[in-house]
Amino acid sequence: MKSRYARMSQSRSPLRIRATPVITVMLGSLLPAMIPVVSLSPTTPPLGLMLLLAWRLLRPELWPLWIGLPLGFFDDIATGHPVGTAMCLWTLALVVIDSISVRLIWRDYAQDWLIASIAIIAILAMSWLLMHLAPGGGGGPLDRLWPQALLSIMSFPLVARLCARLDRWRLP
Amino acid sequence: MAPPRKRRPGYDRKAQYGLFASYVIAITGALAALLLVVVSAADPAGFAVLRAGVAEVTRPVSGTLRSMVLTIGNLDEIVGSYINAGTQNITLRRQVETTRTKLIEADAIRQENIRLKSLLHLADEEGDVVASGRLVSSSSSSSRRIARLDVGSRSGVQTGMPVRAAEGLVGRVLWAGLNTADILLLVDSENVVPVRRAKDNIPGISRGLDDGTVEIRALNAERNPFRPGDIFVTSGIGGIYRPNIPVAVVARVVGERAIAIPLANPGRVELAIVQRTFQSAEARAPDAATDAAGHGGTGASTGGAGTATGNAATQPPAGAPAE
Repeated sequence: MKSRYARMSQSRSPLRIRATPVITVMLGSLLPAMIPVVSLSPTTPPLGLMLLLAWRLLRPELWPLWIGLPLGFFDDIATGHPVGTAMCLWTLALVVIDSISVRLIWRDYAQDWLIASIAIIAILAMSWLLMHLAPGGGGGPLDRLWPQALLSIMSFPLVARLCARLDRWRLP
Repeated sequence: MAPPRKRRPGYDRKAQYGLFASYVIAITGALAALLLVVVSAADPAGFAVLRAGVAEVTRPVSGTLRSMVLTIGNLDEIVGSYINAGTQNITLRRQVETTRTKLIEADAIRQENIRLKSLLHLADEEGDVVASGRLVSSSSSSSRRIARLDVGSRSGVQTGMPVRAAEGLVGRVLWAGLNTADILLLVDSENVVPVRRAKDNIPGISRGLDDGTVEIRALNAERNPFRPGDIFVTSGIGGIYRPNIPVAVVARVVGERAIAIPLANPGRVELAIVQRTFQSAEARAPDAATDAAGHGGTGASTGGAGTATGNAATQPPAGAPAE
């Protein structure tokens, strides 16, 4: 830890170090809204969530637990979910991951993927449930989420690689 | 790798409190967010200002890319039409011959319609187009079906206004920002549209299924009167959508419901037209109000056909400047 802060003073600005993860997650939330296709079913992976998970699994000490609140709020605003959905679910996911990682002593890449997969499926299903229970209903049948979930899980390693690459760029 | 040590602060009191506080903030925040969900589910247009701000940022990107995608997306159609050109030519020529007589008949009906309307002192529904724009992106990662339009309140778009394309109904405006507006698509399950069968006025309710189709239920449900191939248009009941906008065509019948495919595919629509809500358009022409409301639901079948052609006659001049 000490050596990292010592190297920090050399070239990288604190802004770059602190802001890169946050900005990537926010961009991830924005990206599905920029894809110029009017899709008729949920298809695009929840990129903001995947980036959040990738950063959290890569650098457990990076963020305080409540980071899910502001980032989730932005995600809700950007993606068009009812505000509060991602705020609530992302935070809960971070809390659960935090309590799991206390118990796991050794962690490897496959475990990260498994944790992320479970989190993605759980959050997609829960946000569908929140929308479904809301007055007015909505969300459609649950099995419509499978393609999106599968695509997200299969592309998670890519996102994790991207985060690792960005991490190397971010830190000296 | 072994986990970093920071999360377990050991004997450091201050760090322990900090950790505890972050848990408390996270949990209470999550609970508060849950309350927010309930509130914002009841009011989907909430936080519209913030959403509009974000939409303004993404609009230029998706707007530029959109025209590109439309070209690529229609590529198969272009190639296919080259291959089918010969046979299509023959069928189209036959169609033209049959439609020519129908057109002449329709022309006569239109003339008659104009004459009858002037007898009744009905104002024509002109100038109901508020703005026209392109659908530039959508909520592709969400399970809601919302598309984003690249015109907003600066062009006069307001919440609740119906949006249609040349092919048929697209949806209605969920909220409008300065230069963007979100459209609740016809296929979203929160979008309920009163419809009627085009040929004989049997009323029904269309509701999205979130998968690109809508379900249509008959209002007087003894048994399902709908058959595959039936075309539905808006009935004008409810006051949002004006009558006779094409909505969907039935693909199959499942028990009490009819599964129908919207006539305007939002993925292919190039130009979307925002109209005034039916009631406010009526309010501007007060004498037309009572009679126009009568057209949609309850008119006899001949009357329905008459209004359909009448409306078709009024639409081209309204849509023409936009195209």
